[in-house]
Amino acid sequence: MDLELMSSSIPKLLSATVVTLKLLSLSLFFGIFIGLLFAILRLKKNKILNRFAYGYSYVFRGTPLLVQIFIIYFGLGQIEYLRSTVLWVVLKEPYWCAIIAFALNTGAYTSEILRSAFQTIKPGFIEAGKSLGISNKIIFYKIQIPIAIKQSLPAYGNEIILMMKGTSLASTVTLMDLTGVAKYIISTTFKPIEVFIVAGSIYLFMTFIIHNFIKYLEKKFSYQ
Amino acid sequence: MDLLAFGKTGWGDELFIATLMTLAVSVTAMIVGFLFALIFTPLKLSKNKFLNLIGNSYTTVIRGVPELLVIYLFFFGGSGAIMFVASMFGYTEYIEINAFITGSCAIGIISGAYSTEVFRGALQSVDKGQYEASKVLGFKKNIQFIKVIMPQMLRLAIPNLSNVWQITLKDTSLISVTGLVEIMRQSYIAAGSTRDPLFFYSFAAVLYLMLTYLSMKLINRLELKYSRGF
Repeated sequence: MDLELMSSSIPKLLSATVVTLKLLSLSLFFGIFIGLLFAILRLKKNKILNRFAYGYSYVFRGTPLLVQIFIIYFGLGQIEYLRSTVLWVVLKEPYWCAIIAFALNTGAYTSEILRSAFQTIKPGFIEAGKSLGISNKIIFYKIQIPIAIKQSLPAYGNEIILMMKGTSLASTVTLMDLTGVAKYIISTTFKPIEVFIVAGSIYLFMTFIIHNFIKYLEKKFSYQ
Repeated sequence: MDLLAFGKTGWGDELFIATLMTLAVSVTAMIVGFLFALIFTPLKLSKNKFLNLIGNSYTTVIRGVPELLVIYLFFFGGSGAIMFVASMFGYTEYIEINAFITGSCAIGIISGAYSTEVFRGALQSVDKGQYEASKVLGFKKNIQFIKVIMPQMLRLAIPNLSNVWQITLKDTSLISVTGLVEIMRQSYIAAGSTRDPLFFYSFAAVLYLMLTYLSMKLINRLELKYSRGF
């Protein structure tokens, strides 16, 4: 055990954790909107929209996140047309490519979580709203969405933890996140176990915080 | 389509072999994972607090740390650890372990943590009466488990194990960082030499989709077989 290396790598790894957290929060933020949009599309009776939303979540859940990042980072740059549009400003940055890939990926999982939450809402709630003369729009925003959020919290908590682990893939497109920096330290010092212990503890600590935060929210949203 | 031709002109045969490699790594990792589950599930269910702690820390640590970090640990630390063990027996030459073994072990340990959770859940959901009934009928302990508990446990475990298989299959893409030529690595090589990353990575995505689709079909049949009578 090289305790000196462990203590000297802590500040470097902690500053890399900030990158990881930024990646995580931004991709979750965009992912929720994507997920909500596709969950609503899945509930529509229109067959084409429905199929499209199903295909989206099938493809993004059936392929590794690494492939998705590589397609967006290495693949999209190949299209000449894209290089001349405004989009290129975003797509040439590995940082934004990673966030786009993560957001699309977590969006697919979130859409499945929300869809099943919407589908398990008891029809009685909606009927009660209707019989009180509340408009469909208000029923959706004031009844369906709050219940769906409550129902999907445990599954979404797991998704946040999975996404946190997923952000480690940003290191494959040259970003220096927690895993990227850990790999750099390992490959320069050849002390994998020490670095793994420090970096792993940081990840575990984040998992712990997320887990407890979701538990707290679950308690807050429960009926009692 | 020329890019996918078999033989020297295209990448068809290379990608085909790479697909088989991905399958081989996934299956090996899944088996390694089952071995780990076989050790750690009893630990998690044991009443001994110390054994319990070991079982719980395995699943918590592995499921809370990114797969890539575990793979780096194995990739950089694997041969060091083997050499350390070998040096205790007096062997001091450099030992290099092959990427296939390192990769399958790393992914296997990850998949083992998920399998352990699945088996624990399934064992706990088998009705308590089943244990008692088989005891009352005078079965020996191991027969009790094999003939009565295990078939019922498998019925409950298979749907979740199919999720573990999907996760494992997708995680194998991460071993490409160690240089093992599976789908991702082969696509990376092909993309580099033809300068057509969009095509090759999209094709890799199609290959993965095909693998997940086909394995889902197979698992569904297995599921039907084990839920006879329900």
